[in-house]
Amino acid sequence: MFEYAPAPESRSVVDLAGSYGLFIDGAFDSGKDGNVFKTVNPATEEVLAEVATAGPEDVDRAVAAARRAFGPWSELPGAERAKYLFRIARIIQERARELAVLESLDNGKPIKEARDVDLPLVAAHFFYYAGWADKLAYAGFGPDPRPLGVAGQVIPWNFPLLMLAWKVAPALATGNTVVLKPAETTPLSALFFADVCRQAELPPGVVNIVTGAGDTGAYLVQHPDVDKVAFTGSTEVGREIARTVAGSGKRLTLELGGKAANIVFDDAPVDQAVEGIVNGIFFNQGHVCCAGSRLLVQESIADSFLDSLKRRMATLRVGDPLDKNTDIGAINSAAQLARISELSEIGSAEGAERWSPECSLPERGFWFAPTIFTGVTQAHRIAREEIFGPVLSVLTFRTPEEAVAKANNTPYGLSAGIWTEKGSRILAVADKLRAGVVWANTFNKFDPASPFGGYKESGYGREGGRHGLEAYLA
Amino acid sequence: MTVAATAGLSDLRSFLHGLPGVDHVGVEARAAALATRSIKADSKAKAIDLAIRMIDLTTLEGADTPGKVRALCAKARRPDPADPSCPPVAAICVYPAMVPVAAAALAGSGVHLASVATAFPSGQAPLEVKLADTREAVAAGAGEIDMVISRGAFLAGDYTRVFDEITAVKDACGGAHLKVILETGELGTYDNIRRASWLAMLAGADFIKTSTGKVAVNATLPITLVMLEAVRDFRERHGRIIGVKPAGGIKTTKDAIKYLVLINETVGDDWLHPDRFRLGASSLLNDLLMQRTKLTTGHYAGPDYFTLD
Repeated sequence: MFEYAPAPESRSVVDLAGSYGLFIDGAFDSGKDGNVFKTVNPATEEVLAEVATAGPEDVDRAVAAARRAFGPWSELPGAERAKYLFRIARIIQERARELAVLESLDNGKPIKEARDVDLPLVAAHFFYYAGWADKLAYAGFGPDPRPLGVAGQVIPWNFPLLMLAWKVAPALATGNTVVLKPAETTPLSALFFADVCRQAELPPGVVNIVTGAGDTGAYLVQHPDVDKVAFTGSTEVGREIARTVAGSGKRLTLELGGKAANIVFDDAPVDQAVEGIVNGIFFNQGHVCCAGSRLLVQESIADSFLDSLKRRMATLRVGDPLDKNTDIGAINSAAQLARISELSEIGSAEGAERWSPECSLPERGFWFAPTIFTGVTQAHRIAREEIFGPVLSVLTFRTPEEAVAKANNTPYGLSAGIWTEKGSRILAVADKLRAGVVWANTFNKFDPASPFGGYKESGYGREGGRHGLEAYLA
Repeated sequence: MTVAATAGLSDLRSFLHGLPGVDHVGVEARAAALATRSIKADSKAKAIDLAIRMIDLTTLEGADTPGKVRALCAKARRPDPADPSCPPVAAICVYPAMVPVAAAALAGSGVHLASVATAFPSGQAPLEVKLADTREAVAAGAGEIDMVISRGAFLAGDYTRVFDEITAVKDACGGAHLKVILETGELGTYDNIRRASWLAMLAGADFIKTSTGKVAVNATLPITLVMLEAVRDFRERHGRIIGVKPAGGIKTTKDAIKYLVLINETVGDDWLHPDRFRLGASSLLNDLLMQRTKLTTGHYAGPDYFTLD
């Protein structure tokens, strides 16, 4: 066997301080109460830093700063706002290596992914929306669309910096100001982004970062002076936010969970379909809301397809996220690992057959081997509930009608995949799938120009593209 | 041999056209992803030695002379005169006219002798000429024959003719190993490359090879990936291991290591051996030697420390 020697990316490109404060009105401070929480490296359980917990008064101050900044910021000509966004995009590119290592450390994702997917997309989002800032009158929302005011944004831990970019870039381009709360387990890249804003000389108060757990997020979305709430995360929390915001007059967009079907027809390009299935569920440890977590494979090819899939899974490299050759990194937190383990146990208990390739997992840290369940039916919980981990449920179908019916038979509707060499089938099936994104002969492809969002319990509103502007304009 | 050997045109056609398609975006993305593997330190050292042992050191020029071929043979036997631990290459690859010279120069060395044949590189000659070409090369001492398929016949859909030509050449090879050059750069699509791979394997190829090195597009990672998938699937179905040889355009150590990674992560160990995988190249060898010296001494030596042959 051709063993690869360790190829670790250097940690020294990130200069981590022992503690981090809140970023309010262009400056860092430790928060009124001085409460802190720890953020750990999920691959080693080592504490990376202590981070301030924002209480209600801190959130008040942040919203007030954003309100003060809103007037002048929204009055700037679009071309002037664009300059700041272009500058931010360029600084992100210049600091891409540092930010990629940081993201890998705090999140557990492989450096390969942070380096080749997350950071390039983050910069691309800022570049893309920078381009819109002086063209809003031509975006299709009337001759003089106006910003909403202060946006309260709450983002998840799976793509910390990329989700920040999805939220902040369109908000700023359209003239809104922002108070953003990163996830409790991954606050660091947002705080480094605050430093990027300072480096870009963004006016104080235009971007504010408040760190903390669910309470901090709740203060933010309830805050009476917030005009717009944008949330990405679980459907459960999304529902709570929708209830909170209801009747307040605040605008709301939600990007929630998913249980996407990746449909493989018997005339699929088999080797590439196997890649697509692997990428669909194991990319980012399966911590992807649009992950292809249900494989629907045509029964006539199911056995040989699963053999190919297992053979491919045996080559996945699980381990040190900072190793450049790692394909699958660490699970983001102990809590998430517990949830993945619990749902997997339920899968076994309900009679599905569990399989993982042989792989040795590190002793410290949070790890879960890539796993597939075969013999899964629509009645299994692992076919219905979002696991948000590297666990694939395999179901079969006989006809295109059955594939569509099963794919749509979920409370979610964020994404779907179709694998067939037959173009007419792609069009016919895509037309019937109730999912915000349908990929054909590929999966997990993202582009800032393409709108992203869900049907049903996967949320509402679109992020990305021209459509993504609408959520921030009146 | 197989059903296809005795079957008529329509069966061969329906078999080849029934193979799963190749999505070109997907296969190129997969090859590009594997190309980002970072191979360092000890694994790099091992990879370099393996790559050297896999080289078919090639000269296929109108200007080839006995002197040139003898020099290349000396290089093949002892690529780095300064370092006896450096392994020899797998084979020398020359035109049929140069086979007697090379055979004498390689005698007793263990380095294989390959000859292109069958009206290389175009293949545009009558079958009898191709067979005579092959027999002469074998008689003069070639242990491996690199033949070209008739791309014209393949593209015209005349699969039976291509199949029959390969079986005839295989027959003319006697005990010599047969590498079948698909000239992938002229086949146009990955689907065609997969079909041509299967066609060659069914007809009795011991190796399938990408290119002559004489057209615009030679070996690439995605093309080689498709061919590796074909030999993997062929073994599953027929139990026989066919070798793969990318040729043309592989010039650097980095390139060579990417091919080894490709093997490692698609078909695995069984192909990580010079009997199963070859790299058709010439200038690649000096770059491998340069990197090899760098790993042992810690610094780069200039190009004049490596022999030009």
